Amino acid sequence: MTGLPLLSIAIWLPIVGGLLVLATGSDRNAGLARLLAMVVAVAGFLVTVPLYIGFDTTTSAMQFTELRQWIPRFNIHYQLGVDGISVLFILLNSFITPLVVLAGWKVIEEKVAQYMAAFLVMSGLMNGIFSSLDAVLFYVFFEASLIPMYIIIGAWGGPNRVYAAFKFFLYTLLGSLLMLVALIYLFYQSGFSFNLLDWHELRIPLTAQIYLFLAFLMAFAVKVPMWPVHTWLPDAHVEAPTGGSVVLAAIMLKLGAYGFLRFSLPIAPDASRELAWLMIALSLTAVVYIGFVALVQADMKKLIAYSSISHMGFVTLGFFIFNSLGVEGALVQMISHGFISGAMFLCVGVLYDRMHSRQIADYGGVVNTMPKFAAFFMFFAMANAGLPATSGFVGEFMVILGAVQFNFWVGFAAATTLILGAAYTLWMFKRVVFGAVANPHVAEMKDINAREFVILGVLALCVLGMGLYPFPFTEVMHASVENLLKHVAVSKL
Amino acid sequence: MNLNFVMPDLYPASAEIFLLLMALAVLLVDLFVGKGRRWLIYLLTQLTLAGAFGITLLTLDGQAVTTFSNMFVDDLFADFLKLVLYPAVAVMLVYSREYLAARNLDKSEFYLLVLFATLGMMVMISASHFLTIYLGLELLALSLYALVAIDRDSARATEAAMKFFVLGAMASGLLLYGISMVYGAVGSLEIAEVGQRIATGSGNKTVLVFGLVFVVAGLAFKLGVVPFHMWIPDVYHGAPTAVTLFIGSAPKLAAFAITMRVLVTGLAELAEHWQVMLMILAALSIALGNLAAIAQTNIKRMLAYSAISHMGFMLLGVLSGIVGGDPRFALNAYSSAMFYVIAYVLMSLGTFGMVLLLSRAGFEAENIDDFKGLNKRSPWFAAMMMILMFSMAGVPFFVGFFAKFAVLQAVVAAKMIWLAVFAVLFSLIGAFYYLRVVKVMYFDAPTDTAPIEAPRDMRILLSVNGLAVAFLGLLPEGVLEYSIFASYAFLVGH
Repeated sequence: MTGLPLLSIAIWLPIVGGLLVLATGSDRNAGLARLLAMVVAVAGFLVTVPLYIGFDTTTSAMQFTELRQWIPRFNIHYQLGVDGISVLFILLNSFITPLVVLAGWKVIEEKVAQYMAAFLVMSGLMNGIFSSLDAVLFYVFFEASLIPMYIIIGAWGGPNRVYAAFKFFLYTLLGSLLMLVALIYLFYQSGFSFNLLDWHELRIPLTAQIYLFLAFLMAFAVKVPMWPVHTWLPDAHVEAPTGGSVVLAAIMLKLGAYGFLRFSLPIAPDASRELAWLMIALSLTAVVYIGFVALVQADMKKLIAYSSISHMGFVTLGFFIFNSLGVEGALVQMISHGFISGAMFLCVGVLYDRMHSRQIADYGGVVNTMPKFAAFFMFFAMANAGLPATSGFVGEFMVILGAVQFNFWVGFAAATTLILGAAYTLWMFKRVVFGAVANPHVAEMKDINAREFVILGVLALCVLGMGLYPFPFTEVMHASVENLLKHVAVSKL
Repeated sequence: MNLNFVMPDLYPASAEIFLLLMALAVLLVDLFVGKGRRWLIYLLTQLTLAGAFGITLLTLDGQAVTTFSNMFVDDLFADFLKLVLYPAVAVMLVYSREYLAARNLDKSEFYLLVLFATLGMMVMISASHFLTIYLGLELLALSLYALVAIDRDSARATEAAMKFFVLGAMASGLLLYGISMVYGAVGSLEIAEVGQRIATGSGNKTVLVFGLVFVVAGLAFKLGVVPFHMWIPDVYHGAPTAVTLFIGSAPKLAAFAITMRVLVTGLAELAEHWQVMLMILAALSIALGNLAAIAQTNIKRMLAYSAISHMGFMLLGVLSGIVGGDPRFALNAYSSAMFYVIAYVLMSLGTFGMVLLLSRAGFEAENIDDFKGLNKRSPWFAAMMMILMFSMAGVPFFVGFFAKFAVLQAVVAAKMIWLAVFAVLFSLIGAFYYLRVVKVMYFDAPTDTAPIEAPRDMRILLSVNGLAVAFLGLLPEGVLEYSIFASYAFLVGH
């Protein structure tokens, strides 16, 4: 291992780079802004590669740790580190960022520098969230990440963008503010420490655990989002520009789930077990009910948004059945969903750039004019439906196995997603892509260009690779997941 | 009759004396300065503030010294607050200069009144006697009444000044009445002496609590917290923006100081009583301030309600110092409240500075809509305003977050978790109207395309102000320690 503070670089390189991009100023320098953004994004990804290569898969301890005093007044530290759970998300995030920059390359013509800067800053903040081991540091990154997303949705979004931006911001802020009180409470309970790893060892009475669990639930459930606090997501997705939707789906939704693993489960394990029924019920509702809701959507982005909620239901289900198949399956599902939903939103973005409509009814017969695109879209649709040999299958299958191990009927209910997911995705696909050319606009559409081909191609490779050989992913997380489960199994009353 | 006059020690009050002499000098110089040389008065005022800053800094020492028969105290708490006060006033003058000149309000009266108001605040901060508090308060208040009405031709300003005066006079009356009760009960007006006498059991509790109610009401009026807030929106709205900027910034420091001196030094034994009162005041302020701000279309009114909620938040820090008679967390709580005030003054200066920046001759940028499309007109200042708004909303990485954080942790330390939950829920509502300003700047197209013109010193200072809000959000430790030192000196002193 090198002596470089890799995590700090992964956080601050995109942020500082983003500010540099911002400094290129007006749209006269748009070309420079794009180029600089791409350089920063790629550099940001490259610096995270050593995190994976140098990662020691045999231990569940935090690696690449950094520790500095930040605010001694409140005993807050600038404390970073990753384990097998978080390292993958840093990679995923840094990997998605260049694709997002590329996706906005030609489409965004106004305020290019600000657009690129917002995404880069956000990428850095996300890395901060995933690598913070100090609760306040985590919280600060967690909440600061709302700002760029608010601007992205509001400034470059669709017609109803202002409403969506406010809803997104206020909804997520509500949850995190309650979490802040919980964090402060834990600070006093633990004898003035904000160190997450200290908190994992803390003994807390059951009532307090339940309150803490509920406070965390408020913060993370909104972010996941879990039914019934999911309503901000379809709005945000529909109105956000393509890049915004990709980052929302691929990364932001993972923050909530990650929070469960870092906060709820280890800090309040007894409450987690006590309230597991609630979590399982909410998750299954998301999987089944939201699956049906997705079925009736007329707007493609909304449909994918609901499909995301349904898939994230799988993730939370996997966490709260407390076996390693479930948790690892959920983590695989999170990564895979990052690729697939990102790709699905990019596909819709490709269509939208040409037609300026997201309505399924406006399309039909796209395969006739855009064969290459149709092939990619087909592949991602299949992956979204959980076709074996794609990454979508691996996670779902592991969670279903875990769920059956936990309780047959829970597993049974979860498995309905295989039918529902296939139904809503493929039906949408059929209506958009197949059939005769629906109208003159579709007839005029041009197939994807080299830039779009590269983006979709890279993601397709990821989905396929992960589906065929998921071992590199599960290997990294295994030790940490085992440790987490061991931790959760021990009562801390 | 035996006149026995002892010359009091003037050294502890040297900054105040300097300021007073300079103010008189300004008055004299004004006689010989023509209309074209008003910059001289401005410069002299700035030099006065700089000089006072220097004197306070040079006479800084850890010892608390009292003078004028214990009516005036020079301790680190006072010095540290004054060291924030001078720059706040100086920055206000820089921001206001162009605005005043464009409206022909940059008469020497303005600067003179500002200097007297500053002197009043300094006296309040250093008061160790109920009468000194009253003196300082009146000096400040009378200067402010005149400042609000300085634009004589504006009916709205005159009306605001009248309201301010009538209500302010009543509040002063309440405060005096309360003070007289306290005097009646314990027979002293020296704050520390009052504290000791109550602690040793002298004084009728009923009379004291009766007096306390009036004292708290008077303080609450000066702080501008619900239900004594009625003057705030009208005065903020009616006064010329430069004066609003002044009222909205530095006096909060002085009001904080007298609240601390009266309640914590003087009436600490009655903490269980005033805590409940402050709790009600704080909760109402946070609720009403945030709710009413949503309905405003005028940014000055919106910021007025926001000020109400911020002062409520600050009171949360003051009230969580003593828990059931146990002052273990006092230092933590009071330093948090002080940090909150300093952070608020910094943000308030910047925000009103932005309003002044957008105003020009014949145009008042008073409505939130006047910020429309600012990102197109000036991305830099839009970014500054965004920083300020997010900071006010308490979003990291800006200083407003740590201000809220500091106060909330003090509240939780005092085992009032429900109060913390209440406060954060209403700051969520508060986030809405700050976000709305960001929205009009970034998501809307500009309706006003006039270029933004401002003197270079204002542009630079406003940028520094905005960046300071961001910088202190990344590294707040310095100011946190500063507040700790000051609060420690305060607690040791009594």
